[in-house]
Amino acid sequence: MSGETPDTTAAVLEVAGIDVRFEGVVALDGVSLTVRANQIVGVIGPNGAGKTTLFNAVSRFVTPVTGTITFKGQSLLGLPTWRLAHMGIARTLQGLGLWPTLTVLENVVAGSPSRTRLAPDLLALPSADRHTASLREEALANLGALGVADRAGAYPGSLPHGVQKRVIIARALMARPSLLLLDEPASGLSATDVSELIDLLRSLRTRMAIALVEHHVDMVMAVSDTITVLNLGQVIASGSPAEIRANSDVANAYLGQTVAHA
Amino acid sequence: MSTALRGSTLLRHGLFFLALALVLLLLTSFVFDAYTNYNVTEVAIYAISAAGLTVLTGINGQVSLGHGALMMIGAYTTSVLLTWHPDLPMILMLLVSIATTGIAGAIVGIAGARLRGPYLAGATLALAVALPQVPSHFASVFGGNQGLTVVSPAPPAFLGANFSPEQWLAWITLAAAVITFFVLANLVRGATGRRFRMVRDNEVAARLAGIDVARTQVLAYMISAACAGLAGSLFAYWVTLTSPSGFTLTLSLSLLTAVVIGGLGSLTGAVLGSFVLVYLPVKTGDLATTLNLPSNIANNVPTAIYGIVLIVAILVFPRGIAGGIASIVRGAGRIVRSSRSPAALPASPESPSQ
Repeated sequence: MSGETPDTTAAVLEVAGIDVRFEGVVALDGVSLTVRANQIVGVIGPNGAGKTTLFNAVSRFVTPVTGTITFKGQSLLGLPTWRLAHMGIARTLQGLGLWPTLTVLENVVAGSPSRTRLAPDLLALPSADRHTASLREEALANLGALGVADRAGAYPGSLPHGVQKRVIIARALMARPSLLLLDEPASGLSATDVSELIDLLRSLRTRMAIALVEHHVDMVMAVSDTITVLNLGQVIASGSPAEIRANSDVANAYLGQTVAHA
Repeated sequence: MSTALRGSTLLRHGLFFLALALVLLLLTSFVFDAYTNYNVTEVAIYAISAAGLTVLTGINGQVSLGHGALMMIGAYTTSVLLTWHPDLPMILMLLVSIATTGIAGAIVGIAGARLRGPYLAGATLALAVALPQVPSHFASVFGGNQGLTVVSPAPPAFLGANFSPEQWLAWITLAAAVITFFVLANLVRGATGRRFRMVRDNEVAARLAGIDVARTQVLAYMISAACAGLAGSLFAYWVTLTSPSGFTLTLSLSLLTAVVIGGLGSLTGAVLGSFVLVYLPVKTGDLATTLNLPSNIANNVPTAIYGIVLIVAILVFPRGIAGGIASIVRGAGRIVRSSRSPAALPASPESPSQ
C-alpha cells in the first residue's frame, strides 16, 4: 500500500523531546520516539513508566508542555483526537473499547472513519445502503484476515478475550492506517495466540508502520525492529532487540534476569 | 423481491410506513368517531416529540428534561407567525417551526456537548422552568399568560362540507408522525444511529474511530429538537390556544416518562408510551366517575394511577413496554424452537436496546 520499494528511512511518526506533566507530576520527560514506514517499534518499561501516556500524547488525549509530535511531517499538536483516524492513524485500547450493544461486524464497521452524509442516511437513499454494504464487506474481509469472520454476528461480550483482541485489530484496520498504535496487544493472550499475533504484525508491517506498548517482553523482542525502553518517564535505552538485550541499564532497571536468559 | 427488500432500506421502511399510513387513514376515516380522532391526534403529537427524545436520550445517551420547552418554541413560532399573517399555509408553519426549534436545539446541544449526566439534566431542567416565564415578560409579542389563539386548519373544499376539522387535523398529524417515524427509523438503523450509539457507550473509542463527539451530540440534539418543534406546532393547532400553562415542567417530565415506560431508545416504545400518556388519565378519570368517588379523590386518581403504572412498568419491564414485549416474543420463540429440537439449546446473544 505504501509503495513498491518500501523506504525504510521515511519517518511516519516523529516524537521529539516531549514533556508531559499531570498537575506537576512529570509523566514523560524529554521522550523521543521515531517510527518509520514498514517498521515495528516496541515500547517497553515497567508499570508507570509512561508507555500509555506516550500513546495518549500521540492520540491527542494529553498535550505535552514541550516537544513536538509530527506525523508524515505534519504537527499533530493542536489537532483533536477524532481527526487522527481520518489521517490514517489507528489505535487500539488496552481496555478493548468494544461497543457491547453493537455486533462484532458493526464494531468493526465502526472503525471506518469515512464520513456519512446525513440526508441520504435519513431518507434511506440507495447510496446510504451501498455505503453501508461496502463497509460491511471490508469489515468482513478484515475479520476474515484475522480468522474470526464466523463471529461477525455475535456480541463482543459473549466472546473469548483472544477473539475480542482480534476484533479490535480488525476495527483499527478499517481506518486503513499508515500508522497503527497497539496498546498491549498481547495481554491476556495464550502462547498460541501470541505467536499468531507475531505473524499477523509481520504481515501488516508490509503495509504500515506499527508501534506497540507491551509488557510481554519476549513478544516485543521477537517482533520489533527497534525497541525503546521507558523508565520513570524517561527513555533509558533505544535500539535493536539485540542491543536492548545487551544493555546493562535496561537489565538493571527493568528486565532483571529474564532477558539475560532469553 | 425478498433480496430487494433486504438490500434496500428505502423499500423496506417505505413499504412499512406506507402500509401504516393506509391503516391510519382507514381508521380515522371509517372507524374512529370525532372524539377518538381528537385523542389519536394528541397521541400522535406526543409520539412525534417522544420519538425525538428517545433518539436523543436512548440512542445518544443525552438526558433532556426540557423537551416540553422545545415543544413550546415550536408552538409559539407557529402561533406568533399566525397572529402576524393569519393566511400562511399550515405546511409552511410546520416547516418553519421545525427549523426554529432545530436551531434552538443546536444551541442547547452546543452547551450540552460540554455537560454530562446530572449537569445536562440540570441545564435542561432550567430551560423547562425558565422558558414558560418568557411570554409574560414579552406580552406584546407572545400574548402574555392569556396566550395566542390559533385557528385550526379548515378541511379543503373537495372533501365536502361535512368533513370534520378533527378528522382533517388527525390526517395531517398522523401524516407528520408517519414521516417523522420513517426518517427516525432510517436514522436509528443507519450509520448516523450507529455513531449516536458509539458516542453514548464509549466516547474515547468513538474519538479514536474518527468521530467528532461534540458535533455528533449537537446533531442529535438538533434532530431531537426538530421533532419537538414539529410536535409543538401541531400542538398549537390541536389546542387552538398557545399559552405558557400548556408547556409546564410537567409536560417535559411526562415526555420523559412516556419514553421510559415505552422503552428507552425504541421508536415503538415512544408510541406506546404516548398512548399511556394520553389514555391512562382518560380511562382512570372514567373509572373514578363510574365508582362515584368524591371529587377531591376522583381528581387525584389519574395522577396516582399514572405514578403506580410508572413504578410497575419500571419494575416489571426494566427496558420498557417495547423491551418487555420483545423479550416475551423471544422467550416464546425459544420455547417453540426448543420443543421442536430439544437437544439444541440456542445460545443466541441477547440483542440489547433495539
